[in-house]
Amino acid sequence: MIRRQAIALLALVGLLVATYLWLYKIGVLGELKCGTGSCESVQTSPYAEVFGVPVAFVGVVGYAVLLLIGIVGVQPRFAADRRVRVLLALLATIGFGFTLYLTAIELFVLHAICRWCVGSAVIITAIWTLALAGLIRAPSPAAPTR
Amino acid sequence: MNRFYVLLVAVALIGGGMLWYGSRREAAPAPNAPVPSTTADGFRGYTLGADTAKVDVTEYSDFECPFCASFATVQMPVIRQQLIAPGKVRWRYRDFPLPSHQYSRYAALAAQCAGEQGKFWEMHDQLFTNHQWAQTGKNPSGLFRDFARTIGVDVDKYDACVSSQRYAGRIQASVQEGEALAVRGTPSFFVNGRPFQGRATSDDFKALVDSLTKQHK
Repeated sequence: MIRRQAIALLALVGLLVATYLWLYKIGVLGELKCGTGSCESVQTSPYAEVFGVPVAFVGVVGYAVLLLIGIVGVQPRFAADRRVRVLLALLATIGFGFTLYLTAIELFVLHAICRWCVGSAVIITAIWTLALAGLIRAPSPAAPTR
Repeated sequence: MNRFYVLLVAVALIGGGMLWYGSRREAAPAPNAPVPSTTADGFRGYTLGADTAKVDVTEYSDFECPFCASFATVQMPVIRQQLIAPGKVRWRYRDFPLPSHQYSRYAALAAQCAGEQGKFWEMHDQLFTNHQWAQTGKNPSGLFRDFARTIGVDVDKYDACVSSQRYAGRIQASVQEGEALAVRGTPSFFVNGRPFQGRATSDDFKALVDSLTKQHK
Protein backbone atom coordinates (compact mmCIF):
# COMPACT_ATOMS: atom_id res chain seq x y z
CA MET A 1 0.00 0.00 0.00
CA ILE A 2 2.82 2.36 0.93
CA ARG A 3 4.44 1.67 -2.42
CA ARG A 4 1.31 2.62 -4.34
CA GLN A 5 0.93 5.79 -2.29
CA ALA A 6 4.51 6.66 -3.10
CA ILE A 7 3.90 5.94 -6.79
CA ALA A 8 0.83 8.19 -6.77
CA LEU A 9 2.75 11.02 -5.10
CA LEU A 10 5.70 10.69 -7.45
CA ALA A 11 3.35 10.57 -10.45
CA LEU A 12 1.72 13.78 -9.24
CA VAL A 13 5.09 15.54 -9.02
CA GLY A 14 5.98 14.15 -12.47
CA LEU A 15 2.66 15.41 -13.79
CA LEU A 16 3.45 18.91 -12.51
CA VAL A 17 6.91 18.85 -14.12
CA ALA A 18 5.53 17.60 -17.44
CA THR A 19 2.73 20.18 -17.33
CA TYR A 20 5.29 22.94 -16.77
CA LEU A 21 7.26 21.82 -19.84
CA TRP A 22 4.09 21.42 -21.88
CA LEU A 23 2.83 24.91 -20.96
CA TYR A 24 6.16 26.24 -22.19
CA LYS A 25 5.85 24.24 -25.40
CA ILE A 26 2.40 25.64 -26.21
CA GLY A 27 3.49 29.18 -25.42
CA VAL A 28 1.69 29.78 -22.12
CA LEU A 29 5.01 30.19 -20.33
CA GLY A 30 7.48 32.54 -21.98
CA GLU A 31 10.69 31.23 -20.53
CA LEU A 32 11.83 28.12 -18.67
CA LYS A 33 13.55 28.50 -15.34
CA CYS A 34 16.54 26.32 -15.90
CA GLY A 35 19.52 27.58 -13.93
CA THR A 36 22.66 26.04 -15.37
CA GLY A 37 21.03 23.62 -17.79
CA SER A 38 20.07 23.97 -21.44
CA CYS A 39 16.32 23.48 -21.12
CA GLU A 40 15.25 25.63 -24.04
CA SER A 41 17.76 24.04 -26.40
CA VAL A 42 16.29 20.68 -25.54
CA GLN A 43 12.67 21.80 -25.58
CA THR A 44 12.92 23.54 -28.95
CA SER A 45 14.87 20.74 -30.60
CA PRO A 46 13.20 18.44 -33.14
CA TYR A 47 13.43 15.64 -30.55
CA ALA A 48 10.98 17.46 -28.28
CA GLU A 49 8.17 16.08 -30.42
CA VAL A 50 7.17 12.54 -31.32
CA PHE A 51 5.04 12.24 -34.47
CA GLY A 52 4.04 15.88 -34.02
CA VAL A 53 3.04 15.42 -30.39
CA PRO A 54 5.13 17.32 -27.82
CA VAL A 55 7.11 14.91 -25.64
CA ALA A 56 6.00 16.98 -22.65
CA PHE A 57 2.36 16.22 -23.46
CA VAL A 58 3.18 12.51 -23.65
CA GLY A 59 4.61 12.98 -20.14
CA VAL A 60 1.44 14.73 -18.96
CA VAL A 61 -0.73 11.86 -20.18
CA GLY A 62 1.63 9.17 -18.89
CA TYR A 63 1.96 10.63 -15.40
CA ALA A 64 -1.79 11.34 -15.23
CA VAL A 65 -2.53 7.69 -16.01
CA LEU A 66 0.04 6.51 -13.44
CA LEU A 67 -1.47 8.87 -10.86
CA LEU A 68 -4.94 7.59 -11.58
CA ILE A 69 -3.91 3.94 -11.32
CA GLY A 70 -1.91 4.72 -8.17
CA ILE A 71 -4.95 6.30 -6.51
CA VAL A 72 -7.24 3.49 -7.62
CA GLY A 73 -4.65 1.00 -6.39
CA VAL A 74 -4.72 2.31 -2.82
CA GLN A 75 -8.46 1.71 -2.52
CA PRO A 76 -9.07 -1.27 -0.19
CA ARG A 77 -10.93 -3.31 -2.77
CA PHE A 78 -8.03 -3.08 -5.24
CA ALA A 79 -5.27 -3.52 -2.66
CA ALA A 80 -4.67 -7.16 -3.54
CA ASP A 81 -5.62 -6.87 -7.20
CA ARG A 82 -2.79 -8.27 -9.31
CA ARG A 83 -4.01 -6.40 -12.41
CA VAL A 84 -3.12 -3.08 -10.75
CA ARG A 85 0.41 -4.30 -10.01
CA VAL A 86 0.90 -5.55 -13.56
CA LEU A 87 -0.54 -2.39 -15.10
CA LEU A 88 1.65 -0.15 -12.95
CA ALA A 89 4.77 -2.18 -13.77
CA LEU A 90 3.93 -2.21 -17.48
CA LEU A 91 3.29 1.54 -17.75
CA ALA A 92 6.29 2.40 -15.58
CA THR A 93 8.52 0.22 -17.76
CA ILE A 94 7.28 1.95 -20.92
CA GLY A 95 7.87 5.35 -19.28
CA PHE A 96 11.30 4.31 -18.07
CA GLY A 97 12.29 3.04 -21.52
CA PHE A 98 11.06 6.24 -23.19
CA THR A 99 13.02 8.28 -20.64
CA LEU A 100 16.19 6.28 -21.35
CA TYR A 101 15.79 7.10 -25.06
CA LEU A 102 15.24 10.82 -24.36
CA THR A 103 18.20 11.00 -21.98
CA ALA A 104 20.42 9.33 -24.59
CA ILE A 105 19.28 11.96 -27.11
CA GLU A 106 20.19 14.72 -24.67
CA LEU A 107 23.59 13.27 -23.87
CA PHE A 108 24.76 11.98 -27.24
CA VAL A 109 22.87 13.93 -29.88
CA LEU A 110 21.98 17.33 -28.46
CA HIS A 111 24.84 17.47 -25.96
CA ALA A 112 22.50 19.51 -23.79
CA ILE A 113 20.84 18.69 -20.51
CA CYS A 114 17.48 19.96 -19.34
CA ARG A 115 17.29 19.77 -15.57
CA TRP A 116 13.49 19.41 -15.64
CA CYS A 117 13.97 16.37 -17.87
CA VAL A 118 16.53 15.02 -15.41
CA GLY A 119 13.98 15.56 -12.65
CA SER A 120 11.37 13.66 -14.62
CA ALA A 121 13.90 10.87 -15.31
CA VAL A 122 14.57 10.52 -11.58
CA ILE A 123 10.83 10.40 -10.87
CA ILE A 124 10.01 7.76 -13.49
CA THR A 125 13.02 5.68 -12.38
CA ALA A 126 11.74 5.75 -8.81
CA ILE A 127 8.21 4.84 -9.97
CA TRP A 128 9.58 2.01 -12.10
CA THR A 129 11.62 0.64 -9.18
CA LEU A 130 8.61 0.77 -6.85
CA ALA A 131 6.29 -0.77 -9.42
CA LEU A 132 8.70 -3.63 -10.13
CA ALA A 133 9.22 -4.21 -6.42
CA GLY A 134 5.44 -4.31 -6.02
CA LEU A 135 5.18 -6.90 -8.76
CA ILE A 136 8.04 -9.09 -7.53
CA ARG A 137 7.30 -8.98 -3.82
CA ALA A 138 3.58 -9.36 -4.12
CA PRO A 139 2.17 -12.24 -2.10
CA SER A 140 1.42 -15.18 -4.33
CA PRO A 141 -2.27 -15.86 -4.73
CA ALA A 142 -3.67 -18.42 -2.36
CA ALA A 143 -3.93 -21.91 -3.70
CA PRO A 144 -7.39 -22.68 -4.92
CA THR A 145 -9.41 -24.78 -2.55
CA ARG A 146 -11.73 -27.49 -3.61
CA MET B 1 -4.71 6.77 4.47
CA ASN B 2 -6.09 10.23 5.22
CA ARG B 3 -2.57 11.64 5.54
CA PHE B 4 -1.88 10.33 2.04
CA TYR B 5 -4.79 12.28 0.55
CA VAL B 6 -3.87 15.42 2.50
CA LEU B 7 -0.33 15.18 1.16
CA LEU B 8 -1.58 14.54 -2.37
CA VAL B 9 -3.88 17.56 -2.29
CA ALA B 10 -1.16 19.73 -0.73
CA VAL B 11 1.34 18.84 -3.45
CA ALA B 12 -1.30 19.38 -6.13
CA LEU B 13 -2.25 22.79 -4.72
CA ILE B 14 1.31 24.01 -4.25
CA GLY B 15 2.47 22.74 -7.66
CA GLY B 16 -0.65 23.96 -9.43
CA GLY B 17 -0.31 27.35 -7.75
CA MET B 18 3.28 27.67 -8.90
CA LEU B 19 2.30 26.82 -12.47
CA TRP B 20 -0.56 29.32 -12.37
CA TYR B 21 1.72 32.02 -10.99
CA GLY B 22 4.36 31.24 -13.61
CA SER B 23 1.86 31.44 -16.44
CA ARG B 24 0.62 34.86 -15.28
CA ARG B 25 4.07 36.39 -15.17
CA GLU B 26 5.06 37.82 -18.53
CA ALA B 27 8.45 36.86 -19.81
CA ALA B 28 10.85 39.74 -20.20
CA PRO B 29 10.37 41.08 -23.70
CA ALA B 30 13.27 40.69 -26.04
CA PRO B 31 14.70 44.10 -26.83
CA ASN B 32 13.81 44.26 -30.48
CA ALA B 33 12.01 47.48 -31.16
CA PRO B 34 13.38 50.78 -29.91
CA VAL B 35 16.97 51.32 -30.76
CA PRO B 36 18.84 53.50 -28.29
CA SER B 37 20.59 56.47 -29.77
CA THR B 38 24.01 55.00 -29.27
CA THR B 39 26.59 56.01 -31.79
CA ALA B 40 28.18 53.62 -34.21
CA ASP B 41 31.67 52.54 -33.26
CA GLY B 42 33.11 52.28 -36.73
CA PHE B 43 33.01 48.50 -36.63
CA ARG B 44 33.02 46.98 -40.12
CA GLY B 45 31.73 43.52 -39.34
CA TYR B 46 33.20 40.19 -38.31
CA THR B 47 35.30 38.50 -40.94
CA LEU B 48 36.47 35.04 -41.91
CA GLY B 49 39.55 34.38 -44.00
CA ALA B 50 42.85 35.99 -44.71
CA ASP B 51 43.24 39.76 -44.96
CA THR B 52 45.39 39.16 -48.02
CA ALA B 53 42.60 37.41 -49.95
CA LYS B 54 42.04 38.94 -53.39
CA VAL B 55 38.28 38.73 -53.15
CA ASP B 56 36.27 40.39 -50.43
CA VAL B 57 32.67 39.29 -49.97
CA THR B 58 30.31 41.23 -47.73
CA GLU B 59 27.11 39.52 -46.72
CA TYR B 60 24.11 41.44 -45.39
CA SER B 61 22.12 38.97 -43.42
CA ASP B 62 19.32 38.57 -40.92
CA PHE B 63 19.44 35.80 -38.31
CA GLU B 64 15.69 35.28 -38.44
CA CYS B 65 15.53 35.03 -42.22
CA PRO B 66 14.96 31.43 -43.44
CA PHE B 67 16.89 31.99 -46.69
CA CYS B 68 19.86 33.26 -44.67
CA ALA B 69 19.67 30.17 -42.47
CA SER B 70 19.53 27.92 -45.49
CA PHE B 71 22.51 29.71 -47.03
CA ALA B 72 24.47 29.56 -43.77
CA THR B 73 23.85 25.86 -43.21
CA VAL B 74 23.96 24.51 -46.77
CA GLN B 75 26.17 26.79 -48.89
CA MET B 76 28.42 28.42 -46.34
CA PRO B 77 30.23 25.25 -45.18
CA VAL B 78 31.29 24.61 -48.79
CA ILE B 79 32.32 28.24 -49.25
CA ARG B 80 34.35 28.09 -46.07
CA GLN B 81 36.07 24.93 -47.19
CA GLN B 82 36.68 25.79 -50.84
CA LEU B 83 37.08 29.56 -50.88
CA ILE B 84 37.80 30.92 -47.42
CA ALA B 85 40.14 28.27 -46.01
CA PRO B 86 42.45 28.30 -49.06
CA GLY B 87 42.79 32.09 -48.68
CA LYS B 88 40.88 33.04 -51.83
CA VAL B 89 38.11 34.96 -50.10
CA ARG B 90 37.68 37.10 -47.06
CA TRP B 91 34.09 36.94 -45.89
CA ARG B 92 32.51 39.79 -43.96
CA TYR B 93 29.21 39.51 -42.10
CA ARG B 94 27.02 42.61 -41.76
CA ASP B 95 23.78 42.77 -39.85
CA PHE B 96 20.66 43.66 -41.75
CA PRO B 97 17.78 42.70 -39.45
CA LEU B 98 14.54 43.18 -41.35
CA PRO B 99 11.81 45.11 -39.54
CA SER B 100 9.28 42.41 -40.37
CA HIS B 101 11.14 39.92 -38.17
CA GLN B 102 10.29 40.12 -34.50
CA TYR B 103 13.54 38.89 -32.98
CA SER B 104 16.14 39.40 -35.69
CA ARG B 105 17.60 42.53 -34.12
CA TYR B 106 17.75 40.76 -30.79
CA ALA B 107 19.54 37.83 -32.44
CA ALA B 108 22.01 40.25 -34.01
CA LEU B 109 22.61 41.70 -30.57
CA ALA B 110 23.18 38.23 -29.13
CA ALA B 111 25.74 37.48 -31.84
CA GLN B 112 27.53 40.79 -31.26
CA CYS B 113 27.63 40.12 -27.53
CA ALA B 114 29.13 36.69 -28.16
CA GLY B 115 31.53 38.36 -30.59
CA GLU B 116 32.67 40.64 -27.79
CA GLN B 117 34.07 37.46 -26.20
CA GLY B 118 35.56 36.20 -29.44
CA LYS B 119 32.70 33.85 -30.27
CA PHE B 120 30.78 35.64 -33.02
CA TRP B 121 31.02 32.88 -35.64
CA GLU B 122 30.20 30.19 -33.09
CA MET B 123 27.05 32.13 -32.15
CA HIS B 124 26.31 32.77 -35.83
CA ASP B 125 26.40 29.01 -36.40
CA GLN B 126 24.22 28.29 -33.36
CA LEU B 127 21.59 30.83 -34.42
CA PHE B 128 21.39 29.49 -37.97
CA THR B 129 21.83 25.79 -37.26
CA ASN B 130 19.14 25.72 -34.55
CA HIS B 131 16.85 27.94 -36.57
CA GLN B 132 13.62 26.48 -35.24
CA TRP B 133 13.54 29.40 -32.76
CA ALA B 134 12.59 31.64 -35.67
CA GLN B 135 9.44 29.65 -36.34
CA THR B 136 8.06 29.43 -32.84
CA GLY B 137 7.37 33.14 -32.30
CA LYS B 138 8.44 32.74 -28.69
CA ASN B 139 10.81 35.01 -26.84
CA PRO B 140 14.16 33.36 -27.61
CA SER B 141 16.20 35.11 -24.92
CA GLY B 142 16.56 31.96 -22.79
CA LEU B 143 17.44 29.86 -25.82
CA PHE B 144 20.09 32.34 -26.97
CA ARG B 145 21.55 32.24 -23.46
CA ASP B 146 21.70 28.45 -23.83
CA PHE B 147 23.53 28.90 -27.15
CA ALA B 148 25.96 31.30 -25.47
CA ARG B 149 26.61 28.80 -22.69
CA THR B 150 27.07 25.98 -25.21
CA ILE B 151 29.78 27.83 -27.13
CA GLY B 152 31.63 28.76 -23.96
CA VAL B 153 30.66 32.39 -23.55
CA ASP B 154 30.75 33.92 -20.06
CA VAL B 155 26.98 34.13 -19.57
CA ASP B 156 27.06 36.88 -16.95
CA LYS B 157 28.99 39.16 -19.27
CA TYR B 158 26.75 38.14 -22.14
CA ASP B 159 23.62 38.98 -20.10
CA ALA B 160 25.04 42.37 -19.17
CA CYS B 161 25.88 43.08 -22.80
CA VAL B 162 22.45 42.05 -24.10
CA SER B 163 20.43 43.79 -21.42
CA SER B 164 22.29 47.06 -21.94
CA GLN B 165 21.95 46.68 -25.74
CA ARG B 166 25.61 47.49 -25.94
CA TYR B 167 25.88 47.01 -29.69
CA ALA B 168 22.49 48.32 -30.79
CA GLY B 169 24.16 51.36 -32.34
CA ARG B 170 26.60 49.15 -34.23
CA ILE B 171 23.73 47.07 -35.63
CA GLN B 172 21.79 50.15 -36.64
CA ALA B 173 24.86 51.54 -38.40
CA SER B 174 25.15 48.27 -40.31
CA VAL B 175 21.50 48.56 -41.35
CA GLN B 176 22.00 52.15 -42.52
CA GLU B 177 25.08 51.11 -44.44
CA GLY B 178 23.07 48.37 -46.17
CA GLU B 179 20.25 50.77 -46.99
CA ALA B 180 22.74 53.19 -48.48
CA LEU B 181 23.92 50.34 -50.71
CA ALA B 182 20.31 49.62 -51.73
CA VAL B 183 20.08 46.33 -49.87
CA ARG B 184 16.42 45.36 -49.99
CA GLY B 185 16.41 41.76 -48.81
CA THR B 186 18.53 39.16 -47.17
CA PRO B 187 20.89 37.59 -47.78
CA SER B 188 22.51 40.19 -50.09
CA PHE B 189 26.11 40.03 -51.15
CA PHE B 190 28.72 42.42 -52.43
CA VAL B 191 31.84 41.06 -54.06
CA ASN B 192 34.74 43.50 -54.02
CA GLY B 193 32.21 46.24 -53.43
CA ARG B 194 29.90 45.32 -56.32
CA PRO B 195 26.45 43.78 -55.87
CA PHE B 196 26.52 40.05 -56.47
CA GLN B 197 23.87 39.20 -59.06
CA GLY B 198 24.30 35.43 -59.14
CA ARG B 199 22.45 32.77 -57.24
CA ALA B 200 23.40 32.44 -53.59
CA THR B 201 25.11 29.11 -54.07
CA SER B 202 28.64 27.96 -53.46
CA ASP B 203 28.96 27.07 -57.16
CA ASP B 204 28.13 30.61 -58.32
CA PHE B 205 30.47 32.13 -55.76
CA LYS B 206 33.22 29.73 -56.76
CA ALA B 207 32.79 30.60 -60.46
CA LEU B 208 32.92 34.32 -59.74
CA VAL B 209 35.88 34.05 -57.40
CA ASP B 210 37.77 31.91 -59.93
CA SER B 211 37.17 34.46 -62.66
CA LEU B 212 38.23 37.36 -60.43
CA THR B 213 41.33 35.49 -59.28
CA LYS B 214 42.34 34.83 -62.91
CA GLN B 215 41.93 38.52 -63.72
CA HIS B 216 44.34 39.36 -60.92
CA LYS B 217 47.01 37.00 -62.27
